[in-house]
Amino acid sequence: MSELTEDSVRADVRGWLEANWNPDLGLVEWRNKLADSGWGVPGWPKEWYGRDLSAALVPVVDDEFARIGAIGVAKAGIRTLAAATILAHGTDLHKEKYLRRILTGEDTWCQLFSEPGSGSDVAGAVTRAEMQGNKWIVNGQKVWTTSAHHAHWGLLLARTDWDKTKHKGLSYFIIDMHQPGVNVQPLKQMNGHASFNQVFLTDAVVEPEFLVANVGDGWAVTTTTLMHERRGADGLRSWAMGSDHKGRAYDEERAEIATTMEPYKWYPQRAGRVDLILSRAKETGHFDDPVVRQEIARLLVMSKAAEWTARRARAAAQQGKPQGPEGSLGKLVSSHVARAAARVHTQISGADALLSGADSPMNGTIAEILVSVPATSIAGGTDEIQRNIISERVLKMPKEPSIDTTKPFRDVPRNIVR
Amino acid sequence: MKFSFSSEQEEFRTNLRRFLGERSPTKEVRRLMETETGFEPAAWRKLNAELGLTAVRIPEAYGGQGFGFGELGIVLEEMGRSLLCAPFFSTAVLASGAILNAGTEDQKQALLPGIAAGDTIATLAWVEDPAHWDAAATRMTATQSGGTWKLDGHKSYVLDGHTADLIVVLARAAGTSGEAGLSLFAVKGDATGLERRNLKVMDPTRKLARLDFKGVEATLLGEAGAAAAPFARTMVEASICLANEMAGVAERLREDALAYAQMRMQFGRPIASFQSMKHKHADMLVDVELAKSAAYYAAAALDEGDDDIVAVASIAKAAASEAALQTAVHAIQIHGGIGFTWDNDTHLWFKRAKSSEVLLGDAHHHREQMMQHWAA
Repeated sequence: MSELTEDSVRADVRGWLEANWNPDLGLVEWRNKLADSGWGVPGWPKEWYGRDLSAALVPVVDDEFARIGAIGVAKAGIRTLAAATILAHGTDLHKEKYLRRILTGEDTWCQLFSEPGSGSDVAGAVTRAEMQGNKWIVNGQKVWTTSAHHAHWGLLLARTDWDKTKHKGLSYFIIDMHQPGVNVQPLKQMNGHASFNQVFLTDAVVEPEFLVANVGDGWAVTTTTLMHERRGADGLRSWAMGSDHKGRAYDEERAEIATTMEPYKWYPQRAGRVDLILSRAKETGHFDDPVVRQEIARLLVMSKAAEWTARRARAAAQQGKPQGPEGSLGKLVSSHVARAAARVHTQISGADALLSGADSPMNGTIAEILVSVPATSIAGGTDEIQRNIISERVLKMPKEPSIDTTKPFRDVPRNIVR
Repeated sequence: MKFSFSSEQEEFRTNLRRFLGERSPTKEVRRLMETETGFEPAAWRKLNAELGLTAVRIPEAYGGQGFGFGELGIVLEEMGRSLLCAPFFSTAVLASGAILNAGTEDQKQALLPGIAAGDTIATLAWVEDPAHWDAAATRMTATQSGGTWKLDGHKSYVLDGHTADLIVVLARAAGTSGEAGLSLFAVKGDATGLERRNLKVMDPTRKLARLDFKGVEATLLGEAGAAAAPFARTMVEASICLANEMAGVAERLREDALAYAQMRMQFGRPIASFQSMKHKHADMLVDVELAKSAAYYAAAALDEGDDDIVAVASIAKAAASEAALQTAVHAIQIHGGIGFTWDNDTHLWFKRAKSSEVLLGDAHHHREQMMQHWAA
């Protein structure tokens, strides 16, 4: 077989797209073609809908799709994490049953990791899965579960052995969300939105073949999922732009995007909306207040330096340099920026900061900033956890002595409820 | 916009860091900072001749190497790290910049090769008492009679003002105000009527002088009355250069504090294992990396002719001012009692951070500059 080059790959994908792309196809029909041809996920293995293309050549395919506006496989949401986890750890049965419907977008997924008693400490999960007869029976409660209300399948972390140490007693399952033992309730946030759910599992059933990897391997599999979650955070934003092209496939894609992005509609506000600061200061007259002016400038300095740090990290990555410290700071820095922005928005708004919704500036947008920013320093790893990661991994400072990983998990203290 | 250094630039930095580490160990910094001049002319000339440092940003046509602010920024960052005691900022940033921005072709040909070769020590004198960093506050008068200009008045906070061979001076025509009537002049360090006094300074690695002018003969640089724009440009360049130097100061403080925390044992464990220390160090890394990004970006923006360069320069200087000082404060705290002693080296960089914070305008000043730019 001849060596693949950028030019040969470009010619191949272009030829295939010219022969096959048709915006008037149904979205699922088109994506099935992508799965059959391997062009939807060219970096995946040949036997599972891909072409074994090297990571360096995959962007060539993306370029060609973008060039003619062809729709790709379903990429957003937890389904991508499910696919990556199943590819890495799943059986042929799992791959056969799930991968194609992930790519077509027919199935949506959710991630059942966090619990009320285990937030930053995900490995402290106490949802239990017990073998009864020849089935796993699951009992417990999960939380912060995006998309659980419409998901078909869940990635479940549960404890299967309480006599093993914390990380050794966990197992990983794929659970059918449409069953009587699974009860999904929206979780209303302090800003009024309900982007997440609580999931109550009461004698929910998992057939034995939907255990992923072996009993006791749950933490290793979870680590795979979380690694892809961190990597994928940026991809989601670009995808969510959608398009304004005409055609049945485009219409169906827009509907899919709307459903997937619905929980995230307040996310711009949680980041503090620095983009609104100057215009708001000018329209309220605070631009000329020397005190507010200093605070605005302080925020803009931080926000610009943060933006340039992110670009510096990307430039280094593009040059193939090893990641420098600038690449690990984005999450913590975005918290600082969001908090500062909320403070300045308050100063600029004055008494209007007392109001909300239609009575408040920008039809509630400013109010939504003020009550959404606290999420930034918590979601996706708290600032405190970020500082631990930075100090231990980047600065090589000693880890905290751990007191919960050497004894049987049943002896590890849990929340003190009086 | 460039966001990373080329392999040539990285190699330049590596060599410079090694070289300055060898030539400017803390012992040498401590020896030179106690001297009246603040550096040793013969040793500085030798170092400069070997590395061509003052030539880096001077165009080849004037005997320089013709590199940009990206390279000059690297030099300054490494000098900040090593706290090299030399009249570099005054000569290669302030005076060179003013001559390049304001001088005529003949004047550049006459003045710059000596600076590039390291023979001329030069500086820029613009601030007076009470200190304002902007040109409009200038009161020194320049009077023309016959073919010659005479300067009367005083200048203060002049970097290396007592040792410079060549002093570029900002003055105004009598009866003018604001940005009108401003001119730049070249004055010889040993000119008649010029009295120079070394000021006692908080940061002994950065020497400052007060200069009194009584009818001092001066050469007009460029066009009379037209110095406002070239001077403002020089300040923008200097702010960006200082931000890069401060990035080096801040990173050195951070690294030394980390090394100390890793070594220091209390309660049977390295203090670096305490979460209060780890979180402080993570915050310090954020401060330093953000300041570095702004300094690097600003230097690249200067080289690429960015339209927003005035605001970008102020962002870089404001970010560096706060980051370097905050890092210095943390560094002293992490060292504990020993960090407050003269024998411990931390105060050397603390004082440089403090003097750099104020020099060319503090963070408040630059935030206001930036806001005036965005107001348009």
